[in-house]
Amino acid sequence: MIIDAKIPEGKLEEKWRNYQRKSKLINPANKKKLNVIVVGSGLSGAGAAATLAELGYEVQCFCYQDSARRAHSVAAQGGINAAKNYQHDGDSVWRMFYDTLKGGDFRSREANTYRLAELSAPLIDHYTQQGVPFAREYGGVLANRSFGGVQVQRTFYARGQTGQQLLLAAYSQLYKMIRAKKVRMFTRHEMLDLVVIDGKAKGIIARDLVNGHLKRFVADAVVLATGGYSRVFRLSTLAIGCNGSAIWKAHKRGAFFAAPSFTQIHPTALPQTSEAQSKLTLMSESLRNDGRIWVPKKKGDLRKANNIPEKERDYYLERKYPSFGNLAPRDIASRAAKERIDAGHGVGRLKNAVYLDFKHAIENAGLHTIKDRYANLFTMYKKITGIDAYQEPMQISPAAHFSMGGLWVDYELMTTIPGLYAIGECNFSDHGANRLGANSLLQASVDGYFILPNTINNYLAQELTEAPISIDHPMFTKIEKEIKEHISKIFAVAGTKTVDHFHRALGKIMWQECAMSRNKLGLEKAITQINSIKEAFWADVKVTGHNDEINTELEKALRLADFIELAVLMCTDALQRAESCGAHFREEFQTAEGEAVRMDEEYAYVSAWEYKRGSFQLHKEKLAFEFVKPSVRSYK
Amino acid sequence: MEVTFRIWRQDNPTNKGGFINYVVDDLAEDMSFLEALDHLNEILVLRNEKVVAFEYDCREGICGQCGIFINGRAHGPHSNITTCQLYMRSFKDGAIITVEPWRAKSFPILKDLIVDRSAFDRIIEHGGYISAKTGTAPEANAILIGKGVSDKAMDAAACIGCGACVATCKNSSAALFTAAKINHLNSLPQGKPEAHQRVLDMTTQMEKEGFGHCSFTGACEVECPEGISIANIAEMNARYFKAKIFG
Ligand SMILES: Cc1cc2nc3c(=O)[nH]c(=O)nc-3n(C[C@H](O)[C@H](O)[C@H](O)COP(=O)(O)OP(=O)(O)OC[C@H]3O[C@@H](n4cnc5c(N)ncnc54)[C@H](O)[C@@H]3O)c2cc1C
Ligand code: FES
Repeated sequence: MIIDAKIPEGKLEEKWRNYQRKSKLINPANKKKLNVIVVGSGLSGAGAAATLAELGYEVQCFCYQDSARRAHSVAAQGGINAAKNYQHDGDSVWRMFYDTLKGGDFRSREANTYRLAELSAPLIDHYTQQGVPFAREYGGVLANRSFGGVQVQRTFYARGQTGQQLLLAAYSQLYKMIRAKKVRMFTRHEMLDLVVIDGKAKGIIARDLVNGHLKRFVADAVVLATGGYSRVFRLSTLAIGCNGSAIWKAHKRGAFFAAPSFTQIHPTALPQTSEAQSKLTLMSESLRNDGRIWVPKKKGDLRKANNIPEKERDYYLERKYPSFGNLAPRDIASRAAKERIDAGHGVGRLKNAVYLDFKHAIENAGLHTIKDRYANLFTMYKKITGIDAYQEPMQISPAAHFSMGGLWVDYELMTTIPGLYAIGECNFSDHGANRLGANSLLQASVDGYFILPNTINNYLAQELTEAPISIDHPMFTKIEKEIKEHISKIFAVAGTKTVDHFHRALGKIMWQECAMSRNKLGLEKAITQINSIKEAFWADVKVTGHNDEINTELEKALRLADFIELAVLMCTDALQRAESCGAHFREEFQTAEGEAVRMDEEYAYVSAWEYKRGSFQLHKEKLAFEFVKPSVRSYK
Repeated sequence: MEVTFRIWRQDNPTNKGGFINYVVDDLAEDMSFLEALDHLNEILVLRNEKVVAFEYDCREGICGQCGIFINGRAHGPHSNITTCQLYMRSFKDGAIITVEPWRAKSFPILKDLIVDRSAFDRIIEHGGYISAKTGTAPEANAILIGKGVSDKAMDAAACIGCGACVATCKNSSAALFTAAKINHLNSLPQGKPEAHQRVLDMTTQMEKEGFGHCSFTGACEVECPEGISIANIAEMNARYFKAKIFG
């Protein structure tokens, strides 16, 4: 099968307009007759649901939490990028496009990436109008800061709670449309499968998490906006409920999965301190604007940080990457930390951390300024660790953070199943092999507010004449039966190990073999080990309680069963790509100094995997670079 | 360390419910409180018992989904944090810890420690937004907003919607929650056109949901994880009277 990304013709600057000029429109009276399901109410889902409803469609929106306001977009701290050039520092749509493409190590599409940059400026207008209290200068204009991987200041922020403020804005617009009776919201509902009828996405089956009822929902198109799947590593910066189930089920029903192994490991999370730990808290990358990262020059130095004199500290990022220093992109910063930690310079109780130090920043800018910029992050740090980071450096460590991979989508954000769309973090689109900080809130938002509402019409126009489908269609009955059996099977195992037991085991393997650095042998071993975990899970897991009640263990088990399968695909993908690019670092492909070696001749493609009853078939979407020439990514 | 969790168990909304004691003897001080409950749940599974149902998602104090009444205080013994930010080092070895759900008429218990807070969503549904359609916004810097105004709006906007204010209030009032959203939006120029209607609609819905009246005890601001000030409620009241007169 040839996969066509449907990139519009014309110059880069004209593609999106050319697309819109040609796409089919639907008149307002007809929009009312069309139903769209949006699974997810994060920035992408809430933005899409609200906007589709404003346009006149009937929308049904779902989330697994008790309220749409809790989607994990809420946890983003640092900020959102936009090419406004408010700082007069030479920024432009082109530069932002180029930074993003280069940041992703030339493994994303030019056209998509350009559109992301192009729509960034109006998005800031949009959020400001919705009441987002972005940080401002004394004169009343919007303020900016820098993020990793760029040399301009294009990041907009709301204290250390940018994601929260954007999400609350999107959530408020969603509830505006709920009040207008254009959106029906289903909270505490988890999508368990996709219903495809005659090759088109026509609905979903969701489990009501309060009473366990399986419910059928039908629509003319289905949009997945279910967020990232980095909880496959168990320990990550994601929320505990974040899952890959919706996209995994869609994959098994025919949607191709793109670049599943491209995972961003964030350099500045809090280190793991115990086995029982359930999550790794992120400390925003924005801290790297002022904080300096270092480790003791001496291996296994046991002195307290403040007792280590300046000349015995190794500011390794500044040393290795003088032009970007502490703001080197995430993949590079994480790998550099891992390298130092593995070489015996790690600090902290488990020797798995590096220092992030604000001493110089406080001396230079003053305590007041640093407090103004980061007070809530310092407070959070203190709450978790008991340490006052104004007095001594923070200890930070890399953690799984973001999925660049996801369902394969074309320029219209449609998957390989007609009528099924994927938006936000759950798709593979704009970030290539590494995402730049503050580009993801942006991507989720423009996907939901600006792009999908302008592409879905191109498909829905033809659905107007289709005969409506009822929830009694045999396909719904068949899939519901399969889900029931799946759930019964989990209870029936009645083994001797908890769900978390298996999740810990899976997480360890994935972290070891499919995170910051990978190699052929390790990945092959991982696949075997994950298959054994799968067998052990289905032979020995134990879930108590029943289906027809709130059952958090069952929820976890259902998600883990999917994660286990997804993990195999992630390792398969990492194994297939015999090059290093962005976050995908294959140890076999590096320079003498340990930098990534990309192989454009062979690997300038998006891997798109088709599910084949337990095995996976690779399709390649060739990446054509018409407008920029891929260069070796250097931040030296 | 060893502690005894005295936990409210209630199978469903109509069931009566009661406390059950669980002794857990292999906890570590640097476990979070929720991780200690996770641990208890793993023990319960292996004992073939139903797990304790409790809520969480982000586990970093921002989503507002966690919320447990611990030893008689919303979110536990410290002020201004969420339950997920509470660590076992805050308890003594051998402690007996009473663990209950939020208790308020407007937050019915669904199971064990899980309550239904959808009343908050319905308050937002009634005006807790600016009617800005996608695609209609002016250039962001066309409307200047002083840093002071924007900072103050941000202070109020920081609310995470956890419901600790309601749970801790002897009247089960949702005044702090509602005031925070009203003041966030009404203090910004973008929120002005609908300001009066917003106050009236949101406060009406708040009453409809059965929340009690505020009698200014100040208990809410102590438990609020975001430290949202009770001054917001006074400001909401002032806005309410203005809306009644001019609205
Ligand atoms: C700690 C942290 C900090 C970050 N900081 C930044 C930052 O500063 N800047 C930046 O640009 N990006 C940041 N990111 C990334 C960014 O926040 C996310 O990529 C983005 O918010 C994802 O939005 P989303 O709409 O795709 O998904 P989410 O916001 O995760 O929403 C997913 C939605 O799907 C629902 N859902 C999931 N599965 C199901 C199912 N099976 N059934 C029903 N519903 C389901 C959930 O209930 C939820 O509503 C950060 C990420 C993390 C984890
Ligand atoms: S779990 Fe999100 S605030 Fe506690």
